[in-house]
Amino acid sequence: MSASSHDTASEGQGMSEKSWPLWEVFVRGKRGLSHVHVGSLHAPDATMALRNARDVYTRRQEGVSLWVVRASDITASSPDERGSFFDPAADKVYRHPTFYDVPEDVEYL
Amino acid sequence: MNPDPTTAATVASVAPVSAVVSETVAAPYIQGLADDALVYAQRLGEWISRAPQIEEDMALANVGLDLLGQARVLLTRVGELDGTGRTEDDLAYFRDEREFRNVHLVEQERAGFGFEMARLLTFASYQCELYAALRRSSDPVLAGVAEKALKEVTYHRDHATQWVLRLGDGTEESHRRMQEGLEAVAPYVAELFDDDETARAAAEAGVGVLPSTLRDAALGHVTAVVEEATLTEPGAPRWRSRGGRAGIHSRPMGYLLAEMQHIARSHPGASW
Repeated sequence: MSASSHDTASEGQGMSEKSWPLWEVFVRGKRGLSHVHVGSLHAPDATMALRNARDVYTRRQEGVSLWVVRASDITASSPDERGSFFDPAADKVYRHPTFYDVPEDVEYL
Repeated sequence: MNPDPTTAATVASVAPVSAVVSETVAAPYIQGLADDALVYAQRLGEWISRAPQIEEDMALANVGLDLLGQARVLLTRVGELDGTGRTEDDLAYFRDEREFRNVHLVEQERAGFGFEMARLLTFASYQCELYAALRRSSDPVLAGVAEKALKEVTYHRDHATQWVLRLGDGTEESHRRMQEGLEAVAPYVAELFDDDETARAAAEAGVGVLPSTLRDAALGHVTAVVEEATLTEPGAPRWRSRGGRAGIHSRPMGYLLAEMQHIARSHPGASW
């Protein structure tokens, strides 16, 4: 892009203020599977987001169902809180089924 | 074309298309449909990197690729039916302007996004009715293409519908530009529904459908969208295009073919 004009810069800023909101896209690969996050895209509203998702993320028959969620509607855990959120689970081995010995005479488990 | 599917199917299986019908009736008719799809695919490809957002680049490229897929099968069929043995590439790259049979609507230069959505809405609405009817064609290849393509063009029509609604019923500026797009497309609409000799003969032979019979349903959809979008249906245009099906084209056609054909002609037989 040319650096010649201040107009270009201010125009660019105006564009970004008016640009379409971001949507996160989830695709279900086939019946019985869960929807999986595949990426994001821009669209003016939910209906168009769904259509854009179809064109961008299911070009090669990747899915049988699509969800789009406005990115700003997702509440995410913060990277700063990763320690307090997830580390305490590290030493709770008894939360895994493999921790327990199953007596031999227990059937159907 | 016979409106009753069962009768049409019976007729087709009892009396397969004769060689004469293939060469003089089916081939030129299918060529018109193929050229519409091919030329519009070329125009839509021009949107890649020029649409308002990259998502729309993809959407219009997808529409173009659907049309290109239709054109490939149809052109191959033309080469089989007309007795010349030409391939899809021969027909796409080595015919001159006067041998193309597409309507003027699809060859017009890419203009604003509003114009493109008006053109796509009109053309896809026409193709929806066309392919719905051609599923009963006595030509098995044409019937097969119609069956598959109907799903594609239904999506194209929906895409254009979504945009016309948003632009028409959007801001003052988007409304104005969308209205301008409709006005610019208006002179090219009538040609889609002209019953020329080729279409009459094809309809009579059960291969094709009379374009005039598609008009009400196709334009009915356009009108409904235009009204819902708070736009105004353009009045009767002061002039109208004609001649595309006879090989007489407008000024942009030569430039379009030059761009589409020059590599194949500069390097005949090249592949990658």
